Amino acid sequence: MKHARVACYGAIHEAVEADGTLQLMDGRIIDPQDVVWLPPIEAGTIFALGLNYADHASEISFKAPEEPLVFLKGPNTLIGHCGQTRRPADVKTMHYECELAVVIGKKTRSVKRKDAYDYISGYTIANDYAIRDYLENYYRPNLAVKNRDTLTPIGPWFVDKEDVQDPMNLKLYTYVNGELKQEGTTRDMVFDIPFLIEYLSSFMTLNENDVILTGTPKGTVNVVEGDEVVVEIEGIGRLKNTIVADKVFAR
Amino acid sequence: MNEGERIAYLEKIGVTALMMYHAKARFSSTTGLEDIWVGASHIQWKGEKFAEDSFSWQSPIIGTVYGTLFNFREQLEAFRTEFDKAPYQKPPQRPILYIKPRNTLNAHLKEVAIPNGIEAVEVNATLGIVIGKTAVKVKEQDAFHYVQGYTIVNDVSVPHQTFYRPAIKQKARDGFCPIGPWVVLKDEIPNPDNLMIWTFKNDELIQVNSTKELVRSIPRLIQDVSEFMTLASGDVLLVGVPYNPSLASPGDTIRIEIDHIGSLENRFVHDNVLIAGGERV
Repeated sequence: MKHARVACYGAIHEAVEADGTLQLMDGRIIDPQDVVWLPPIEAGTIFALGLNYADHASEISFKAPEEPLVFLKGPNTLIGHCGQTRRPADVKTMHYECELAVVIGKKTRSVKRKDAYDYISGYTIANDYAIRDYLENYYRPNLAVKNRDTLTPIGPWFVDKEDVQDPMNLKLYTYVNGELKQEGTTRDMVFDIPFLIEYLSSFMTLNENDVILTGTPKGTVNVVEGDEVVVEIEGIGRLKNTIVADKVFAR
Repeated sequence: MNEGERIAYLEKIGVTALMMYHAKARFSSTTGLEDIWVGASHIQWKGEKFAEDSFSWQSPIIGTVYGTLFNFREQLEAFRTEFDKAPYQKPPQRPILYIKPRNTLNAHLKEVAIPNGIEAVEVNATLGIVIGKTAVKVKEQDAFHYVQGYTIVNDVSVPHQTFYRPAIKQKARDGFCPIGPWVVLKDEIPNPDNLMIWTFKNDELIQVNSTKELVRSIPRLIQDVSEFMTLASGDVLLVGVPYNPSLASPGDTIRIEIDHIGSLENRFVHDNVLIAGGERV
């Protein structure tokens, strides 16, 4: 089943996808165009992977790492489907990153690869934007590149694990203003999902609703004010958002 | 500074046995933050006096904990010759931050587990700025309006010599962020940019630091961080980590004292010891 968190009728609701419409938990049916989409889960710790597709690593002049390159994100950076992402006026390079997001279903420590899927509740899509102008070589990618407000759209759906047959064999696509710009498959991850769960849980506890953004394939290009960016993953959904300029913000 | 000089110093800044500080704390037995008054020899809660160790202290913080690198002058200066070399290439421009995720949160008088295979861990004694209301692009001169108070943080880390990649494996271990015992409300602190931070190992004073030595002062740090990310009520911003932090091994007790706030104490144990609360960390 596909689950969402939306704001409508004066409250925040959980909803499920029902034949192209949304059905709220209280039974009401609503057109998806009439809701405000929120991140589909209330995320705990947000892990993200850098350079986890070999083709993207070479695209930005790195060889794929020997150990996962993990960084963390704060809750300030998340926004829902159909939201706005801010592009500061003076920057040259801001790119999207279409990523499969894995949601942890129960608390765990020291999981083995073969058992890793037992600790997953489901999947969603994240667009892990980066503003490369702010890169510094300290704890890189540093928070000024990756953790700015609005830089991580997530959703629209949280899809139950049972509904995704093989998460390691899903096509990923990014469209900018309707034009296909990025295409890949989760098969090409350097470190696959079971490996990442074994790795992280080998030194720290994973909790329910922690999220792992598993990295992006080749095909990241600059986006500018007014661009409509859609990141899509086969069987998970299409996550849309719009790039807006500083002038939308009064400060 | 030795112990005698330290006591003379505390008397000079007006820390005496009669003072009571208004603070917020979280206990195992309660939900949410409780108002307490902290005296030199006891804690007052709901009008009654208690000994400090009669409470089961929880982290007073449940928001996001952001740490700051290179914000004590001594640490910045010590690395200055490295900044122009690979892999760094140039000195840091914006505040270099990191996150201590929720599995790291720990509390006063609780144990910190040292992972198997690691002999000793760094104890980074620092001040935590507790955010009181949503701070977005705050100006330096307004920054204190967004502060609720201050707390003590021990940013425990596996020692690491390079700062090139995020230090998740070094900083995000379970229980590696003792915080507390409480949050002292900001009006109780005369000048947060002039507080001494004292670290004791097994009751011996081993490190002295001061928030007077910050590269970015507290209001400046809030300005430069909230310029690119929103700090929410309940989040904590650590002012920096000291140069050459002390190490703790299994069996050591580390106590961090900060003027006008209190002291945060934790015993370090082997990974295979069950900590209070029955959870293996």
